[in-house]
Amino acid sequence: MRAIVFALLLIVSAGPTHAVQPDEVLKDPVLESRARHISEGLRCLVCQNQSIDDSDAPLAKDLRVIVRERLTAGDSNGQVVDYLVARYGEFVLLRPVFGWHTLLLWLTPLLAVLLGGFGIWRLSRRRAPKAAGLSQAEQAEVEALLERR
Amino acid sequence: MIVEVGHFALALALALSVIQAAMPVWAARSGDETLRETTVPAALGVFACILFAFGALTYAHVMSDFSVKNVVENSHTMKPLIYKISGVWGNHEGSMLLWVLILSLFGAMVAVAKNSVPPVLRTNTLAVQALITFVFVLFIITTSNPFDRVAPAPLEGNDLNPLLQDFGLAVHPPLLYLGYVGFSITFAFAAAALIDGRIDAVWARAVRPWTLTAWVFLTLGIAMGSYWAYYELGWGGWWFWDPVENASLMPWIAGTALLHSTVVMEKRDALKVWTVLLSVLTFSLSLMGTFIVRSGLLTSVHTFASDPTRGVFILAILVLFIGGSLTLFAWRAPSLRQGGLFAPISREGALVMNNLFLVAACATVLVGTLYPLLLEMLTGEKISVGPPFFNWTFVPLAIPLLLIVPFGQSLAWKRGDVAAAAQRLFAAFAFAFVVGIGTAAYTWGGPVMAPVAIGLGAYLIIGSALEILSRARGYGNSRSRDLGTIARRAIGLPRSAWGTALAHAGVGVVVIGIAAQSWALEGLGTLKPGQSLAVGPYVATLDKVGPQSGENYEETAAFLTVRTAKGDTVGPVETGKRFYPSRKMTVTESGLMTIGFSQVYASLGEVLPDGSIGLRLYYKPLILLIWLGAVVMALGGALSLTDRRMRVGAPAKARAKLPPHAVPAE
Repeated sequence: MRAIVFALLLIVSAGPTHAVQPDEVLKDPVLESRARHISEGLRCLVCQNQSIDDSDAPLAKDLRVIVRERLTAGDSNGQVVDYLVARYGEFVLLRPVFGWHTLLLWLTPLLAVLLGGFGIWRLSRRRAPKAAGLSQAEQAEVEALLERR
Repeated sequence: MIVEVGHFALALALALSVIQAAMPVWAARSGDETLRETTVPAALGVFACILFAFGALTYAHVMSDFSVKNVVENSHTMKPLIYKISGVWGNHEGSMLLWVLILSLFGAMVAVAKNSVPPVLRTNTLAVQALITFVFVLFIITTSNPFDRVAPAPLEGNDLNPLLQDFGLAVHPPLLYLGYVGFSITFAFAAAALIDGRIDAVWARAVRPWTLTAWVFLTLGIAMGSYWAYYELGWGGWWFWDPVENASLMPWIAGTALLHSTVVMEKRDALKVWTVLLSVLTFSLSLMGTFIVRSGLLTSVHTFASDPTRGVFILAILVLFIGGSLTLFAWRAPSLRQGGLFAPISREGALVMNNLFLVAACATVLVGTLYPLLLEMLTGEKISVGPPFFNWTFVPLAIPLLLIVPFGQSLAWKRGDVAAAAQRLFAAFAFAFVVGIGTAAYTWGGPVMAPVAIGLGAYLIIGSALEILSRARGYGNSRSRDLGTIARRAIGLPRSAWGTALAHAGVGVVVIGIAAQSWALEGLGTLKPGQSLAVGPYVATLDKVGPQSGENYEETAAFLTVRTAKGDTVGPVETGKRFYPSRKMTVTESGLMTIGFSQVYASLGEVLPDGSIGLRLYYKPLILLIWLGAVVMALGGALSLTDRRMRVGAPAKARAKLPPHAVPAE
């Protein structure tokens, strides 16, 4: 939703344009689909949380064109992404890299499940004996009652 | 004049909320229990005052009273009436007023619903609720007063942001707030229980209708927001993992977990402390969402105007309520008695698993949303956490969660039997398998995981249907093969059983809708009138491009006709660019053609001087299932809400009135 405001700002500043323009599309459908795939994972740097594939911003258009130029020049997908990361930093990647600085981010789901699972396991263990047995005194009392019958 | 009275009413609400908050405390100190009951009229008074204030602001908007700053900034004499009304909450001040209006509405409802809630719990809850109301009304009056005047009054207003001039604005914020703010009641109940030091099945029964109500509205609010973004933004996306969307998703996930843990607490007297913690966390996440949206910490269309003092004020509120309630929790929770034990293989065991995965998913969204902010604050490194991250982490958590849904339904309380449950679900497995394989065969060469997800959706739907069927058929000796008996029993099942099944089937529908988007197609082209563009099984022909005008805009519209690949006409579609002179803004209006549950989505690009247009077409198979599924989920929730047990103040069962010698049926 936040993207609305940016779409709006850009519409105001740049006039009505649209994401991928017909003139940007590469002739080779294989290269084009690779370009689309890469574009979906790259952030439009002046937008909020939009990929360059979705964005109307002029900068997004420039990046889309760069992606297509590199691909046409024979770069692999990884090389194209590396090229852009070298120029714009990791900020350009919508999917953060896995590294020390993002360790906690990536491990959150796993840690949450493991911690929660551990908590549940401990809880179920802690309670089980409490409810299962009687104390010696209680046991004796029960036996006494049973014998009296 | 009315505006002044509205302003005064707001101040009166502030004063009344102090009384509402203080009376139970005073009653406890003085020992005069009759004082407690004053919270009830106070709560009604607060609601009446805020309702009046809201009415006064609406009046100013409808009458285009440009001596009120809020009206000048957000209205225009030429604006259609519906947007004059919805424009009341289409801005920061007005939306905060709507927020407290709903807050006080829930307060008034708790005050009126006498019978079901024990009096001490009810008045303590109302006191906590009043504290929240007080702080937020204070926030409005000091930093975001919608009744501020301007002198001299201008002749014309600045108009509402054209993107907000949509039916969505009339529906989305009220629904979302009913959800967000509805969880304040659960929070207040939790805080009251902590203060009182008592929590039991009665508490769970008192809380459940409120949680369910909030959940139903939040579900609808999120779905509505998603659909609005889908048709308004013009590139066919329906969920962007945007921080503001995440802010509404987190309370929803936590609320869903809460809904399920409350059931365990009500039936099995277990998970008490956890349920209280979840209640606190759910509303805390709602508050955090409000903070994220309102503070301007993250800019968005929801951030109407960012002002640092407001951000600091909301942050203070956040610290007060989240910090305060967690401190209260840490202090009082150890004194709450833990309830019964449970076996891992049982319905409550499955519900605990539900909570585990939901909370893990919620934590993932939370960390993903805030991580870039925190990392930049700590190290200065800038990273992005976008949709690919959430898709990668959220989906693996959702799959096991969805797999256990039908299992949980068919396991018995206390001690379940996995083999028996699996046997009962055999038809669901088989059907899901056939659906998955069938889909894969039909779409051979396409996406690989999507048919699996379609199968998962089918499994959820059939699993829910089987649950109703097997309960209607009965177990053991009372098992029946007679269709009439089964139908009669099915109708006689508690509404909450139907509600549960419906809500879970709704989840399945959503899953199918989402999975089907893997086959979405896109077409892009430059067209002159008479030319066509194909997308998937459909072709759109441009008939003409022409101007048309609305009440407050000028539009360049492209008129298209959609046909099937064979040439049969499906119908006309219109997409345009609207120019709003009052704000000098242009907005794209997308055109939608609904075919069954699928849609063809047209979005106008550049209009070139030679009369040709840039056009973007999408084919979105089964996309309506995403929102229809959410509506089915909400319907399920609403159906549960009408269950006798849930009804606020429902009289006790008639069985007690039977003569003493009557033999019970069981």
